[in-house]
Amino acid sequence: MSHDTLPRPARTHEPGREPPAPGRRRRHWTRRANPVAGLGSVVWLAIVVIPVYAMLSASLTGQDKALTGNPLKPPTSPTLDNYNTVLHTGFGHLLGNTVIVAVAVVGIVLVLCVPLAYVAVRTRDRWSTTAFRLFLLGVAIPAQAVVVPLYLLIAQLDLYDTLLAVILPTAAFAMPVSVLVLVGTLRDVSEDLYEAMALDGASPLRMLFQLTIPLAKGGISTVVIYAALQAWNGFLFPLIFTQSDGPRVLTLGLFNYVSQFGVNIPALLASVVLSGIPIFTVYLVARRALVGGLMGVGGK
Amino acid sequence: MSATLDKRHKQHKRHKGYKGYKGYKQPAAQTQGTRTGRPHAAWALPAVAFFTFFAVVPMALAFYLSFTRWDGLGDPQPVGLDNWRKLLDDPRLTQSLRLTVLLTFASWAFQTVVALLLGVWAAGRQRNRAVLSAIFFVPFLLSSTAIAVLFYALLDPNFGIIQRDVLGSSSGAFLAIVFVGGWQFIPFHTLIYQGGARQIPQVLYQAAAIDGAGRYRQFFSITLPQLRHTITTSTVLIVVGSLTYFETVLILTKGGPGTDTAILPYLMYEAGFKSYDFGYASAIASFLVLAATGLSLLLVRMTGFGTMRSTREGM
Repeated sequence: MSHDTLPRPARTHEPGREPPAPGRRRRHWTRRANPVAGLGSVVWLAIVVIPVYAMLSASLTGQDKALTGNPLKPPTSPTLDNYNTVLHTGFGHLLGNTVIVAVAVVGIVLVLCVPLAYVAVRTRDRWSTTAFRLFLLGVAIPAQAVVVPLYLLIAQLDLYDTLLAVILPTAAFAMPVSVLVLVGTLRDVSEDLYEAMALDGASPLRMLFQLTIPLAKGGISTVVIYAALQAWNGFLFPLIFTQSDGPRVLTLGLFNYVSQFGVNIPALLASVVLSGIPIFTVYLVARRALVGGLMGVGGK
Repeated sequence: MSATLDKRHKQHKRHKGYKGYKGYKQPAAQTQGTRTGRPHAAWALPAVAFFTFFAVVPMALAFYLSFTRWDGLGDPQPVGLDNWRKLLDDPRLTQSLRLTVLLTFASWAFQTVVALLLGVWAAGRQRNRAVLSAIFFVPFLLSSTAIAVLFYALLDPNFGIIQRDVLGSSSGAFLAIVFVGGWQFIPFHTLIYQGGARQIPQVLYQAAAIDGAGRYRQFFSITLPQLRHTITTSTVLIVVGSLTYFETVLILTKGGPGTDTAILPYLMYEAGFKSYDFGYASAIASFLVLAATGLSLLLVRMTGFGTMRSTREGM
């Protein structure tokens, strides 16, 4: 539907956008309005914006006024009371835990998956191919399928109710997709470059750090974003493997607010807004990197 | 240096009679040139060990536990096929299975149609499309838990956006889960389709336009076929994702009203962590793995994705 339009000369650089060929002219005959698509996009805009707007508006409304009147009207006397309520229930602690989990998961995934992908692409003997196949099959293992045995394993390791109990399985389940993305990227590093480095007598380790990693930045940033999102979204592992306030992460905290705040819907919605602020900030600052990285999950 | 090594390698093999020779390496590796400077396969070991320990072994254990009775205390008692027989006789499972299939299909249809159209639309370079795409992406920034809590609050009849008790009726609750799942994941799939659509060579559209093909003809004859790998990737992600929907159901409906939205993962959670029947929970979990693996393999085979034929073939 969009492809009745030719790419116009780039205004801003976006990931995946190729610079226009020199001298390519803009062709007016290809640019026609598409009313059906335009209408559809406005409908979807309403579907996206209305819930977000209702959330923001209600979170700024006093609890007493929230249940009376039209929720789509802007609040008459906005208040930050609900945000105060949430911030006084240890929201910062929840957020801190989630950040620790995300950083640790990203670290583990990178340290383990980059060498694996490197071997799978460069060595290609029986062992490295088998290792790669293991991860190919691993993509289909749903986390739900293993919570019961993992619960047993975590208890045996004495990790129950710790942050490690969340970090380790989350990292393991972020690995298959990360390996696929990395192998896809590393394949594109030219063999000639490796040969040139081999002639200089470079060791595999030096090639990895001086050649492969710098050239695979796109894939690596995709993996960082993907793994961080897995940690950010994770609910099942924290639900089953933690119990107390100490290692509670943000998602589980939100779940607890549902019963804790009960009918105090404005406070509940304020907690949802607060939970979204960190990633929203990342989105504002680094939208292109985030979006470009996520596009990479879909493959090429 | 590499050339000499290679030559010597080849001569050596010829001499030893090629394939029977123990040191024979895959031809793919040989033609790649130098054998020096390649990392040892052992570099893959930490990743393999970690993944095996936290994913493969637990999965095998789940299959084992499905043949035992175990309440989390003491040792699991082997009970043969009891759990699996119970699984097949359980009317809740039949209902749950039907619900899971229905949910998966409804989610797939909703998310694919919307994401495909939006993604192809957003692939255009117009300014307004870029701005709207940036807004469309916002739901994906919230975690699935946050989104479930958001709609739990918004759908509360006391709150008043929708005056009726949507989650109180079984069809309403089911549609709410499909909608909320779509609201969350459509931004991501839109992004995948946008990326896919931008990689379609423009020359195809130029040629079609010269042949007099209109906008819709171009969409069905160029865009859709060119996007088939993207559609497969997105479909597999949606199917595996919907088979494992959990927090949305737990927070929005708790499987209710009654057991009318108790899809398989939720049933497993109840059996395991509410009734402490870990054997039965493991049987449901194993069934889920078989279903998810079977479906993804089927999808991959049906669409010829495994052969990885290029979409550029015949150009």
